[in-house]
Amino acid sequence: MASTLFDCISKIAETIIANKDYLTELDRAIGDADHGINMARGYTEVLQQLPQEEQDIGAVLKKTGMVLLSKVGGASGPLYGTAYMKAAKAAAGKTSLTTQDGCEILQAVIAGIQLRGKAQRGEKTMLDAIIPACEAYCAAVKAGQDFSGCLDAMCAAAREGTDYTASIRATKGRASYLGDRSIGHVDPGAASSLLTMEAVRDFYREQMQ
Amino acid sequence: MKKMINGVDNIVDEMLNGMTAAFPSAIGRVPGTDVIVRTGAKKTDKVVLISGGGSGHEPAHGGYVGRGMLDAAVAGAVFTSPTPDQVYEAIQATECGKGALLIIKNYTGDVMNFEMAADMASDEDITVDRVIVADDVAVEDSTYTTGRRGIAGTVFVHKIAGACAETGADLPEVKRVAEKVIANVRSMGMAVSPCTVPAVGVPGFDLAEDEVEIGIGIHGEPGTHREKISPVRETVDHLVGKILDEGIYAEGDEVAVMVNGMGATPLSELFLASLRVNEILTGKKIRIAKTLVGNYMTSLDMAGFSVTLLKLDEELKGYLNAPADTPAYKEL
Repeated sequence: MASTLFDCISKIAETIIANKDYLTELDRAIGDADHGINMARGYTEVLQQLPQEEQDIGAVLKKTGMVLLSKVGGASGPLYGTAYMKAAKAAAGKTSLTTQDGCEILQAVIAGIQLRGKAQRGEKTMLDAIIPACEAYCAAVKAGQDFSGCLDAMCAAAREGTDYTASIRATKGRASYLGDRSIGHVDPGAASSLLTMEAVRDFYREQMQ
Repeated sequence: MKKMINGVDNIVDEMLNGMTAAFPSAIGRVPGTDVIVRTGAKKTDKVVLISGGGSGHEPAHGGYVGRGMLDAAVAGAVFTSPTPDQVYEAIQATECGKGALLIIKNYTGDVMNFEMAADMASDEDITVDRVIVADDVAVEDSTYTTGRRGIAGTVFVHKIAGACAETGADLPEVKRVAEKVIANVRSMGMAVSPCTVPAVGVPGFDLAEDEVEIGIGIHGEPGTHREKISPVRETVDHLVGKILDEGIYAEGDEVAVMVNGMGATPLSELFLASLRVNEILTGKKIRIAKTLVGNYMTSLDMAGFSVTLLKLDEELKGYLNAPADTPAYKEL
């Protein structure tokens, strides 16, 4: 399982790196034009440092978080670093995960991001993608759907949440300086969160085939 | 993009090496890090002052490391906050038992990264406190924004808190003085042309040939509005007017003035601007104790300038005039 997780995180890394220019362009509109560059720098290092033989899922996630924290910088470094480290804590010692574990991991991730970023839903941040994604995922788990169904529900909600960020005014982060001028633009952090979740879904789709 | 670099990936590394090679008797680099410290930084018996932020604002912050100002400066990637491990390296490298004060400019990323480093230090029983500089009046300070940005006024915090720390004052005292500066310093900037982050390769925003951005941030963030370019005296009138609207500065007060170049502004134009600041303040019977004109907190190759006013009392004035010997700021 952990080696599968290694491949999964590699998939996330490749996805983010492939979307470097897209994320930077989103940030250029309402931020400081470095989100894709910073995230790509972090995940390039993740690809180099991730321990392939490690069996403990928590350890793999923790390492990912530590690398992002030390390489990304800006606001994304602490936020994604914290997200992975909270996920690591929720998965500590495990070598496989149930669908219910996934729900608890997502909840831990959200709690960590909120604590670090002091943001709430509706402020045009990554939380607007992740919170509805988590709710949809957990509801799908409760409804007895399989992992694939849960991930589909998660990504659909994340996409809707990311699109929603374009319709609202930023009150957190650098985009908040723009006031109403931030409306009409997708939040780059929500976009990279969506890409992350879609990478996980796509990875498991490929695994299933 | 046309820049005098050797490659976009090495700019910060080479810049730090260049700075330390130019001033070997003043500053050095902690090996394997992006941290600049005072040369031969023996464990000094004083409160340690640490600042930092994204690169691209040179001489901030490495240029302010030295006697009477900072003990360490941490450089991030261009326009990107340094990471917690790097800030923690700075805390460790300068730790002397009297505690450290982190001087942070108010940006979401900077605050988070420095706070995480402070948490790491606390876990190791190193006493760390922090102040957050938010002097840019172009940004509304409300619950609906991240709050005002920290810009050129930060240099006055380095200078005055640095002089206070040099006297052997304890951490709460140094923090009190730093916060007094923060409460009394306000700035506002403008740009006539944008800057280009090397790794991005294109300007961060676009301005028409006859257009200026008023209230620009030091990363090219949008300001209050755009307008047709006007004579610099009118632009200064507007910037200083916004600063005076804060209600901090009144007739009979004494202030320090900084007219700060954004990186690509001729000094001649900065002196035109500072002349107008002088005229306005003189007209309002606000006394000027000191005027700084130059590139103190730049924004890569942006053309434009910011004006900063700091209201002084005897205490702040004393520390402002105290000796400082750093590569970019000397008070002899």
